[in-house]
Amino acid sequence: MSEQFEQGVAALRNQIDARISSYLSSCVHCGICAEACLFYTETQDPRYTPIHKIEPLKKLWKTENTFWGKMAKSMGLIEPLTESDFAQWEELIYDSCTLCGRCSMVCPVGNDITYMIRKIREGFSVAGYAPDGMKEATKRALNIGSPMGVTLKTLKAALAHVERDTGLSIPIDKANADYMTLFSSMEIVNFPEYIESIAKIFDTAGVSWTISSKAFEATNSGIQIGNRDAAAELVGRVVNAAETLGVKYVVSPECGHAYTAIRWEGPNLIGRAYDFEVIHILELLDKLKVEGRIKLSGKDDTPMTLHDPCQIVRRGGVVDPPRNLLNSVADHFTEMQDHGVMNWCCGGGGGVSANERAEPLRLKAFDRKKHQLEELGVNTMVTACANCRIILEEGLEHNEMDTEVVSLTELLAEHLQSGNT
Amino acid sequence: MIGEFIDGPLWYFSITAFVIGVVWRIVAIVRAGLKPDLSIARGSAGSGAVRAIFSRFVPERTVTTRSRLQLIAGYMFHVGLLVLLFFAQPHVDFIAERITGFDWPAVPHWVFIVTAEFAFAGLILLWLHRVLNPVTRLLSDLDDHIGSILVFLVMLTGCLALAQSHESLRLLHLFLAEVFLIYFPFSKLMHAFTFVMSRGYTGATMGRKGVNA
Repeated sequence: MSEQFEQGVAALRNQIDARISSYLSSCVHCGICAEACLFYTETQDPRYTPIHKIEPLKKLWKTENTFWGKMAKSMGLIEPLTESDFAQWEELIYDSCTLCGRCSMVCPVGNDITYMIRKIREGFSVAGYAPDGMKEATKRALNIGSPMGVTLKTLKAALAHVERDTGLSIPIDKANADYMTLFSSMEIVNFPEYIESIAKIFDTAGVSWTISSKAFEATNSGIQIGNRDAAAELVGRVVNAAETLGVKYVVSPECGHAYTAIRWEGPNLIGRAYDFEVIHILELLDKLKVEGRIKLSGKDDTPMTLHDPCQIVRRGGVVDPPRNLLNSVADHFTEMQDHGVMNWCCGGGGGVSANERAEPLRLKAFDRKKHQLEELGVNTMVTACANCRIILEEGLEHNEMDTEVVSLTELLAEHLQSGNT
Repeated sequence: MIGEFIDGPLWYFSITAFVIGVVWRIVAIVRAGLKPDLSIARGSAGSGAVRAIFSRFVPERTVTTRSRLQLIAGYMFHVGLLVLLFFAQPHVDFIAERITGFDWPAVPHWVFIVTAEFAFAGLILLWLHRVLNPVTRLLSDLDDHIGSILVFLVMLTGCLALAQSHESLRLLHLFLAEVFLIYFPFSKLMHAFTFVMSRGYTGATMGRKGVNA
């Protein structure tokens, strides 16, 4: 047994709290969670049943915390957790789980299975059992500041384009601004239109905002790979930057897990509450609209639907703002049958998109979204997560589907009535 | 001789083991600890917990189609078992005499028979599903089967003892019920109590986020 594996087991042991103990005590192996997981529904492979994915955690709990487990272990009837368990389950907990949380919504005994998978990753990452793509992304995030290797120089180049195209000045390191905005690397590299959109909207609404040169990256690879220290370091950088600048709010961008990381896990990772509040860009836009600081004009008559990013909606609680906003610019907004907190994942969350070996499975799982779109017959899908957007576009391309994926923030910027403040 | 043992010391031992065991398990879960959540709540953890404890009795639409058999069988078994346990005349009499000191109205004989049939059908369907469905077959362990078989035997002997014409059948039923009580705290049967905790923990977490779970 290697020292690193022992450290991984110790890390896993540390995750067993009252929640997990109650979950493992309650599970009756009904398997109903399988029907909520797109990796199971699209493959019919029982191994992808969500509760099966936490088997190593259950084994550890059972052999160390239950009467029969302890007895069986002492009699040699049950093997303790081995490296082989970790090796076998690595694919199940990283490749076939996007931490979307849908299984947690259907469990009859109320088990938050996603919470357990998030926690089991803590042990696996310490033991070294994590996909190379995610390990590298985490390393880049810690060393460079971005999982995609985006530097301040890259951001400044993107901002220069935005300033040239909009004629607006983008504030950097402006002390005491009301809002400090974060971006995901994907927005900076693939979707700079998002930056342009918020620059226009904030300017129209007269929002006092800034970008920190010290911490502009919103994503948190530590959360995805399940490494508490890395996750805390990445959150800490944002917190330090925001508190140094003295901002009132940090704006989480159109990125799912970034919101979970900074809004819900962040304070617990650094061990204290923030001196500022965290607001999701959709919450802020909805607020600006309600306050009359932005006015939207010219409703779009293209039939549209909404893809709910799991971490923003189901796991984040931002359920109504995207609907309020989309309804204000779309005349024909139709929901998919399963939507809101029960929407189906794009298939690439929870670090799966950074995990190259998971690509064939991810594309297979996309069949669920394909089915949803075909059922609805709508060719424009609005979303609010850069990662979802990339994954959806790849899935649509793979299936040769003629569906356009649109950012909600960008759509709103297109309908912005200028000079309305 | 053996009858007196089953009716006397073994009953007191089993009920004591059951109560102490259940309390011990629940205390052990709570003692595992939970760190305070430092994020600013959007909604109420308390109302989220209460909502989840009750809302999970109704399955989500997404699983009602493919898991229909399991859901219907689950309701048949659980509701049937609860009615039999607390509203069958012999049980009301037994509990009143041995535990509460007072009784309450029992269901008529024909309701008992219909309920027992529902409960048996539900339990058998659930067990067949467990062994035949690839997902539940993969998940199931010895504890799941022992629990199912014990409940089945307790119910079966209970029905056989219903006529109350053979004292030995009543003692056999009581003996199996006592084995069941002793086994209960060490097994997945604990879900009958811990489901409130698991639903509550999840509901509280989601409630803080403003999500109805």
